[in-house]
Amino acid sequence: MNTPPTPKPPHWAQRFIAWYCKPGLAEDLIGDLNEYFERNVQSVGPRRAKLIYMIDAFKFFRSYTVRKPTFANFLINPIMIGSYVKTSARNLMRNKLFSFINIVGLAISMSVGLLLIAFVLDLRSYDRFHQKGERIYRITSVLTSNREQSSKFASASIKTGKLIREKVTGVEEVAIVRDFSQDARVGDNLLPLKGYWAEPSLFRIFTFPMLEGNPENALRDPYSIVLTETAAKKLFGNERALGKAIQLDTLAYQVTGVMKDVPFFSHINFEALVSLSTAQQLNKHDKNFEKWTNMGSNYVYLLLPPVANKTSIQSQLDAIAQEENLTGENTKIQLELLPLYQIVVGENLGDMRGSVRVHMPPVVLWILGGLALVVILSACFNYTNLSIARAMRRFKEVGIRKAIGAGKGHIRQQFLAEAVMISLAALVLSCCLFLLLRPQLINLAPEMQRTVKLELTPGMITAFIVFSVTVGVLAGLLPALFFSKVSAIQALGNVSALKVFKHTTLRRALVVMQYTFTLIFVTTTAIGYVQYKNILAFDLGFNTENILNIHMQGNKPDAFLKELSEMPEVTGLSRSLIITSVGNAWGGYMTYKDSRDSALVLTNHVDENYLPLHEYKLIAGRNFIERPITAKAAREVIVNEQVLKRFNIAAGDPGKAIGEEVTFSNIQVTGRKMRIVGVIKDFHYGKVDNLIEPVAFLFWTPEDRGIINAKIQSTDILATMAKIESVWKKIDRVHPFQAKFYTQEIEDAYSELSSMIKIIGFLSFLAISIASMGLFAMVVFTTETRLKEISIRKVLGATTGNLLLLLSRGFLWLLLISALIALPLTYLFFKEVVLTRFPYHTPVQFTELFAGLLAVLLISFGMIGWQTMKAARSNPAKVLKSQ
Amino acid sequence: MKGTNLGEFEELVLLTIAALVNDAYSVAICDELEKHTGRVAKLGVVHAVLNRLEEKGLVKSHLGEATSTRGGKRKRFYIVTHAGKASLMNAKQVREGYWRIIPGFNLEGSI
Repeated sequence: MNTPPTPKPPHWAQRFIAWYCKPGLAEDLIGDLNEYFERNVQSVGPRRAKLIYMIDAFKFFRSYTVRKPTFANFLINPIMIGSYVKTSARNLMRNKLFSFINIVGLAISMSVGLLLIAFVLDLRSYDRFHQKGERIYRITSVLTSNREQSSKFASASIKTGKLIREKVTGVEEVAIVRDFSQDARVGDNLLPLKGYWAEPSLFRIFTFPMLEGNPENALRDPYSIVLTETAAKKLFGNERALGKAIQLDTLAYQVTGVMKDVPFFSHINFEALVSLSTAQQLNKHDKNFEKWTNMGSNYVYLLLPPVANKTSIQSQLDAIAQEENLTGENTKIQLELLPLYQIVVGENLGDMRGSVRVHMPPVVLWILGGLALVVILSACFNYTNLSIARAMRRFKEVGIRKAIGAGKGHIRQQFLAEAVMISLAALVLSCCLFLLLRPQLINLAPEMQRTVKLELTPGMITAFIVFSVTVGVLAGLLPALFFSKVSAIQALGNVSALKVFKHTTLRRALVVMQYTFTLIFVTTTAIGYVQYKNILAFDLGFNTENILNIHMQGNKPDAFLKELSEMPEVTGLSRSLIITSVGNAWGGYMTYKDSRDSALVLTNHVDENYLPLHEYKLIAGRNFIERPITAKAAREVIVNEQVLKRFNIAAGDPGKAIGEEVTFSNIQVTGRKMRIVGVIKDFHYGKVDNLIEPVAFLFWTPEDRGIINAKIQSTDILATMAKIESVWKKIDRVHPFQAKFYTQEIEDAYSELSSMIKIIGFLSFLAISIASMGLFAMVVFTTETRLKEISIRKVLGATTGNLLLLLSRGFLWLLLISALIALPLTYLFFKEVVLTRFPYHTPVQFTELFAGLLAVLLISFGMIGWQTMKAARSNPAKVLKSQ
Repeated sequence: MKGTNLGEFEELVLLTIAALVNDAYSVAICDELEKHTGRVAKLGVVHAVLNRLEEKGLVKSHLGEATSTRGGKRKRFYIVTHAGKASLMNAKQVREGYWRIIPGFNLEGSI
C-alpha cells in the first residue's frame, strides 16, 4: 500500500521562529507547534494545519520570546569592519589586474547612472521654489473634435479662467496668462521681449519676488508692464526702470515693477509681464478673444486652499464644461486639474503654439533608467564572475575565519564590505567621468541646454553615494552568499575536492546575459544609425539641395528679395508660408461636388517660383499664373494625387482633373471656389513617419507670413552666409538673422532620433568595453589556472593552433549563444515595434544586423587570441620546473 | 515581579504541573487543563504563563530526550519547585480560611 508522504510544517516558518526566538526557547516552542501541527493534520487537514502553523509562528513573536540584540555583536562589528577593510585592500593590491578591471568597469557604468540621477534630480527640482507649489494647479483642456480622438492641451481659454473665478467655490486664486511677444522700444534701444499677459493674482500664486514696485497692483491697470531684472538692464542700462515708459508696437506702456529673474528651473519663463487688462482692451472688438473654444496660447493657473476638496472642484469644472459645450460647434472641451509638480515630468500635453517647452514624459526616464541599469548590471556581473572564479584562492582565508569563529553573517559582511569598497573607489573615478561627460550630454541637443544644468549639489552627492553603495551590494551579493556557504572543514581541507566549478553554469549564464545585452545595444545602434541616415537621405519627392530658408520674422520680403536677387551666388528665389517635411503643417477643409463631404487638406502657400526651385514634378497642368495680392482673390490651386484620390476627381486622372472646381476654407477665407490648375506627384509633406496625405498648394500672398527660399550656388558658403546676413541687418536691426539650409532643417526635425542614437551608441560603447574587460579577465584567469595543463599538452606535442582552439572554444560557444538570442530579438524589435512607426522605411539589412556581431567577435577573438597565444608560447620547461 | 502571589490561571497551570508529575510539558499541560476545566487553553497563553512562572522561580524546567515525533525537537518538562509548592499551599490556605468563615453557604440561596 502506498502511503502519501506525511505533511511537513512549513519550513520557512520554522526558520522564522528560529531566527527571532531566544535560542533557549526556540527548540521546544517549535516542537510544541510541530505536535499541534500533527494533530491538526488529523483533524482539519494538512492545508489548514499549515495555515495555523504560520499564524502561530507570528503569534509567538512576543516580548518574552524575541531574542535581544547582543551587546557583543554591536561591539564586534566596527572592529571587524576595520579588519575587512584591511584584508580587502590587501586583496585589491594583490590582484591588480582584476581590481583594475572591476573598478574601471564599475566606474564607467556608474558614470551613466550618475548622469541619469543628476538628470532626474534636475527635472524633479523644477518649480520647487514656489512656496505654495503643492497647492498650485494648471487647467488642462481635453479637446474632442467631431471625428478626431480627444487630445489634451496645456492651454485653456480665457473664458475658462473667468468662469472658474466666478463660479467655482473652494479655489483661492485664479490667474490667466497669455503668451506675449513684441518688440520693446526705449528711445533708440529696441529689444524683442517675450513673456506673458498676466493678472495681479499671478504674484499671489507663484513666488516671483518683486524688487521694485507693488506686486498687488503692478499688473492691474492697462498698459502697465513688469520687467525682469535682466530685461530692465537691457532696456534702461543702469538707470532706474520703475515708472519709465516703454513703447510696444505703437502704444506706450509704463514700467510698474521690476522683479527678480525667473529661476532656471521654472516651467514658465519670461522676460516681461504685461497686464492682461491691456490685452482685453486691445481685443475688445474681437468676438473670438473670449470664446470658450479659443484655448490657444492662454494658460489658467489655480491656487487651492490648504485643505481643498479636489473632487468637488472637478465636478464643478465638469458642470462648467457641460454648460459651455452646449453652445454648439463641433468641438467639446473638458477641463482637468494638473498639479504644478507634474507639469515638467508628466503626461505629454499638446501646446497650440507648438513650441518646445521643458517637458519629459516619465516613460523616457524609465527607458533610460532601464538602459543604464543594463550597463551597470553588466559591470556587476564582471565583479561577480571574477570573484567567484578566483574563489579557490580565497578559500583558505574564509576557512580560517570560520575556524576561529566567524559566522555566515560575518563572511557575508566581509565580502559585501569588499564589494562596497570597490564600488566607492569606482565612485571617485566615475565622478571624474561624470564631470567629463556632463558637457557632452548637455550639448547633445539644444533642448537639453534649456532643460538641465546637472550641477553638483549636496543632495546629488548623497544620491551618488547611496547609489554607489547599492551597486556595491548588488555586485557583492552573489560572491558573499557563495563564500558564506563554504564550511571551514571543506575550505581548509582539500580545496581541489571542493566543487568550485559547479558554479560554472551560473558564471556562464552571467556571461551570456552580458553579451546578449551588449549585442542588442550594438546592433540597435548599427540599425538605428543606418535607418537614420536613410531618413535624412530620403527622397521626399522634391529637391532640398542648397536651398537656404530665411525666416522673415514679420518683415515684408520684397525688399530683401530684391537685394538677394542681385547677389551672384543666389541662383533662384521663391517665397513660401512654411517649410514642409520637417513637421510643420498648415491646412484647411476642401469640398468637391458633394458639399457635405469635406476633408482636411494640408497646404502650403507658395509663389510661382517655388515649384520649379524645389523641382516638384508636375504631372499635369501648369504652375500658378495669376498673381493675386489677397488670399480672397486667389483662385488657382495645385493639388497632389492624393487629393484626386480622396475626392475621386476625374476618376483620379490628373489630365482630366485640370479645370475642376473645388471649395476651400481655411482661417483666412471660408468657402472660396478654386480651380485646379495643376497636379503634382505625391511628395512627403509631413515627416517620414507620416503617411502621404492630400496636399494642396495655394498662392502666397503678402498677408502671409514669409519664408524666402534661396537657392545658393557658392564655393564659400560661410562668406555667402555672412553676406546675406549683412543684407538682413539693413532690413531688420532688431531680430537676429534666422536662416538654415533645408537639409539642416530636416536634420533638426529628426534631432530626437539622432540624440537617441547617440545615447544608445554611447551606451553600447560602454557595454562593449565592460563586457570585453570582463571577458579579458576571465581569459587571463583560465589561462593562468590551466598553464600547467597547457605546458604538458605542449610537451606531448600539441600545436599552438590546437591550444588556441582548446582554450577559446568555451568562450566562443558562449558568444554564439548570446548572438543567437540577441540578433533575432533585435531584428524583431525593429521590425515589429520601431519601424512600424515609419511607413516608408527601408527594411533592415543583413549587413547592419551582423556588423555589430562582427565587431564584438573581433574584439573578443583578439583578446582570447592574445592571451592564449601568450600561454601557448610560454616555455613548458620553465612552467613545469617552477611547480 | 509581582511577588509570589498567584493569578487564577497561573494557579491552575501550577496545579496541573504538580498533577502531571514527571510528564508536565506544554502540550500535555494544555490537554490536562482542557480536560479538568472544560475551557480551551491556548498554547500561546500557556507558554507565556509557564515562562512567567519560571521567572518567578515557582517552576523549573529541563529539556527531555530527543524523540522522533515533534520533528525531532525535544520537549521541555516542568516541575514545581519548593517555592512553587509553598505558594500553592499558601493559596489553598487563604481559600480555606475564607471558606471557614462563611456561615451556612448554600448555592440555592444565592440566586
